[in-house]
Amino acid sequence: MSTTAVRRSRLHRREHLTAAAFIAVPVIGFLIFIAYPLAFAVYASFTKWNGLTDPVFNGVDNYVQMWNDPYFWQVMGNTVFMMIGIPIGLLLSLLLALALNRKMRGTTFFRTVYYIPVISSLAAVAILWQWAYNGDFGLVNQVLAFFGIDGPDWLQNAATAKPAIIIMSVWKGLGYSMLLYLAALQSVPRHLYEAAAIDGAGALAQFRHITLPMLRPVTFFLVVTSIIGGAQIFIEINIMTPTGGPEFSTASIVWYIWQKAFNYLEMGYATAMSVVLGVLVFIVTAIQFQLNRRSQFSIE
Amino acid sequence: MTQTQTSPGTRTLVLPTPPTRRGTLRRRIGKPSGNSAAPVGMRSRSYRTVNVIVTAILSLGGIIMIAPLLWTFSTSLKTREAVFALPPQWIPDPVQWANYLRVWDAGPLASGILNSVIVSVSVTVVGTISSAVAAFAFAKMRLPYKNVVFLSLLAAIMIPFPTIMIPQFKMFADAGLVDTLWPLILPGIFGNIVMIFFLRQYLTSVPDSMIEAAKLDGAGYLRIFFTLIFPAIRPAIAAQFILWFMAVWNDYLAPIIYLNSPEKQTLQLVIATFNATYASQTDYPLIMAASFIALIPVLVVFLVFQRQIIESVALSGSKG
Repeated sequence: MSTTAVRRSRLHRREHLTAAAFIAVPVIGFLIFIAYPLAFAVYASFTKWNGLTDPVFNGVDNYVQMWNDPYFWQVMGNTVFMMIGIPIGLLLSLLLALALNRKMRGTTFFRTVYYIPVISSLAAVAILWQWAYNGDFGLVNQVLAFFGIDGPDWLQNAATAKPAIIIMSVWKGLGYSMLLYLAALQSVPRHLYEAAAIDGAGALAQFRHITLPMLRPVTFFLVVTSIIGGAQIFIEINIMTPTGGPEFSTASIVWYIWQKAFNYLEMGYATAMSVVLGVLVFIVTAIQFQLNRRSQFSIE
Repeated sequence: MTQTQTSPGTRTLVLPTPPTRRGTLRRRIGKPSGNSAAPVGMRSRSYRTVNVIVTAILSLGGIIMIAPLLWTFSTSLKTREAVFALPPQWIPDPVQWANYLRVWDAGPLASGILNSVIVSVSVTVVGTISSAVAAFAFAKMRLPYKNVVFLSLLAAIMIPFPTIMIPQFKMFADAGLVDTLWPLILPGIFGNIVMIFFLRQYLTSVPDSMIEAAKLDGAGYLRIFFTLIFPAIRPAIAAQFILWFMAVWNDYLAPIIYLNSPEKQTLQLVIATFNATYASQTDYPLIMAASFIALIPVLVVFLVFQRQIIESVALSGSKG
């Protein structure tokens, strides 16, 4: 071996050691705060555990209990139901993005205005919407009264509590999807439209055959992230309907897990539900990874 | 790692799509190119007419977006009785600025702000350094299996915080750290995989020759990082830092499981407690004043760093 080769291999080893030290920090964090808790969650889901004493193995009892727990199915149903806001929000935000993509004054201003709810703290937003939904003096019913409509007591009513939360979620998230749509619209190559125009395609045909297909990836991304976020809806439920809403109509899966774990100390059962939630989220994410990799994702 | 600590809904859990071409700088979201709604070459009178209609609709929508915030501010300046006035007052009469003095004694608002600052600053400052150094190693240094490690870390994005929160709670309970700020700080300072992902992506635009030259000059890797890499990727760091800061600042689920004592709570919990306590006393102006105070810091950060925030958010979903 020549001296340069020896020198180089020594340099390489030094580089390896330094690089290992650099990435060790997040790796250790991952092992302690994610990998280990995850493994423990899977284990604890097969135990009877109150959080105070050690978990005792009880097989699939928690999963059987879950299957037979009408509340579990109700909170799952509620959580899925509240995702109705996702398509509504996407449609509205697409329209918004199309509007803001026009050549006209004030688009930057509007973009800021529509984005403000996105950055606002969800806790604060939930509090102010709770007040806005107040049956007698809330803003929502004041506006409805202006149009001669006698609004309900939104959050105290099983029929309106879920829609109230959906409306708020759409309001809160609109700016985010609008922004991603706007970015996608602006990255559509101009020459596609020019070519289409030369071929005699009208505005509508251009929209259908160029714009919509080009927006498919971002739509997909938004659908997946919204489903994952929606599956974990908690803050607005916890603040606006602290008891899970009238007739348990707004209790979400994470709210129920939190209740069971920290108020009833049924940690084993709560962990089992959280594992189910994790598996569902994993499936949705895996689908996104799979489809995404096919189109653009690459790690060299 | 803290990506999993932040509240559901506000964070991005799924791997955002990176720009595909190496080294291609992302395009700015600037002035709209106006290329989709209108056929090319048609800037006619009808286009301008549509603009007027669109502006009118956007204004109406904008009012709906802002109204709840204005209503909050308006309510926060009312007397307790004026809240129940019919028809409602948009401009309070009399204006009760005193509510904003009263609110500090009505609950642990000041300590809430302090706690939120401690958590957000320590997590994001230390965590950003951890993330940036790791991203540098992942992008520019030789290490066997580093991509396998990177992909394993990325997989963590798929794990929702609720799934690991109960075991995490047990860990911190065993360590005697419940009802302290540590459970909110510790997982974050090891870095944030989303940030590592974006910085690693951004680093591909930094030429290797620059680093090689510094190495020949005998510079150590830490020195290369701080003198060359950090300045080169500062814009990306700044954008990710702001997004992360806002996410930690607004976090709720982790604080609510760990913090019990009022004086230990973060700002978001404090206002939620305000809400629960004073709603029964119908002291809505006080609740709204506290909530408005909680909204202001992030609102200011957003208005100041608007361009960076909007660009980096747009990047997270764009195809590049």
